[in-house]
Amino acid sequence: MVCDNCGEREAAIHLTQIVDNTVTTMHLCEQCAAAKGVETGASVAKFPLGDFLASLGKPGSSQAAEGGADAACPACGGTLQDFRQTGRLGCARCYTTFEAHLRDLLRRLHGSSQHVGERYAATAAPAEPATGPARAVGELREQLRRAIESENFELAAELRDRLKVLE
Amino acid sequence: MIDLKLIPDGGLGWLDASGPMSNIVLSTRVRLARNLDGMPFNVRSSEPERRRVLDQVDRVWQRLPVARGGVRFLVDELEPGDRVLLHERHLISKELATAAVERNGASHAAVYLAGSLGLMVNEEDHLRLQVFHSGFALSQAYADLERLDRDLGSALPVAFHQEFGYLTACPTNAGTGLRASVLIHLPGLVLTKEIAKVLQGLTQVGLTFRGLYGEGSEVVGNFFQLSNQTTLGKTEDELLDHLGKIVRQVVTYEEQARQVLLRDAPTIIEDKVWRAYALLRYARSLSFEETMNLLSGVRLGVGLKLIPKLSVYTLNKLLIYTQPAHLAALDVRAPQDSEQRAARASYVRAVLEEEAARGA
Repeated sequence: MVCDNCGEREAAIHLTQIVDNTVTTMHLCEQCAAAKGVETGASVAKFPLGDFLASLGKPGSSQAAEGGADAACPACGGTLQDFRQTGRLGCARCYTTFEAHLRDLLRRLHGSSQHVGERYAATAAPAEPATGPARAVGELREQLRRAIESENFELAAELRDRLKVLE
Repeated sequence: MIDLKLIPDGGLGWLDASGPMSNIVLSTRVRLARNLDGMPFNVRSSEPERRRVLDQVDRVWQRLPVARGGVRFLVDELEPGDRVLLHERHLISKELATAAVERNGASHAAVYLAGSLGLMVNEEDHLRLQVFHSGFALSQAYADLERLDRDLGSALPVAFHQEFGYLTACPTNAGTGLRASVLIHLPGLVLTKEIAKVLQGLTQVGLTFRGLYGEGSEVVGNFFQLSNQTTLGKTEDELLDHLGKIVRQVVTYEEQARQVLLRDAPTIIEDKVWRAYALLRYARSLSFEETMNLLSGVRLGVGLKLIPKLSVYTLNKLLIYTQPAHLAALDVRAPQDSEQRAARASYVRAVLEEEAARGA
């Protein structure tokens, strides 16, 4: 269906109006709808992810501390440049690799970067937060326990190997 | 061709119009996004990695009490028409439906269905848990989903960050990973031109709206999906409460708009409703879009009690079964567009005739 106004572009907005007890429906393309002051989903739904992705790689941002747009996540090899292109992170480790960056983004997207919702019993915050390798060992042990419980021996073997290296 | 009878309720239990406010609110969906630790997200995953994700999930799922009587579909093994069919039933996302083609048949994408619960594997995130309920039922829906989430979380190494919460491929889902959406029919607000104001208001209170099929889909037949925009910094209950409050308000606005229409333009509304019904009842060729718009008019008529003896359930059923892949499934000759329009019109006529005969 073409736009009732310009007769060229494909109509995207279908506007039904009642004026003096008469119903009229207009089919408008986005440009003509905008020109007539009709609000559309596209103009209402402003979204900071796009702005953020566009601002990546500009000087003065927090990524300097994280090695710039070329620095790669040690787990998956993904870079901020990749994130900019796809809008998707490569793996869970990316959240630690680009932590300062993502904290900034999460605050802009959600108004907060602090999770306050559900967590599984096994991921509950430790009473005395361990740091560095000690924490990594603790987490791996916990994952190993769960892997064995769920009879996921392939994963268990992998976790056991990683534990050996750390210990 | 898959046997849809294998799916409990055909995956369409949410259509039965038994839920609260089901005249205006068609359905409630809640989903949770989860990923497995130590595995790349699917934007960077290799074929063996995706297979390992599926294997891990499969082993856990088989042992869950909820899985009894459930069914699994491997997307790579489905015929293209069946993928669309599952998508039209809202059982798999568009992303999952197209994954097999994009990954050359090596997506290892799957969907598990059991009752109102579903679990998509190897979508954008490793796991997408979802639940569908009839009508406006946010807390009931989430309660069902929470149980599945706990069961999966106790058996799988789920990626979690002490500050950021559950980690997802897209940061817009991080934290709770929760997206709740309510499919709502708002012809009154559209006809009274109040809809733009309402939609704009939604975005100001942290909610968003989409079309019938979710992200990236167009609004057809005056159906809107309202959902939470943010997923982090609030508890699951807070997110659900907030959406619930706003939906209740929108329903009130819609009811007011309908009363205004009845008061100020009764003849026009009655005429519009009955014309829509007459076209659906007797037309010989119907496009999908036209059908959706006519169904919207008839649904309004049923809500305003202008059309007696027509059930909301029948209207819900028509919404699903008049979609292209569903029509194709009824008629395996894979009809041309014109034939499909004719097939659609004849299907709608038969359903409405049957309903009228029952009511007479």
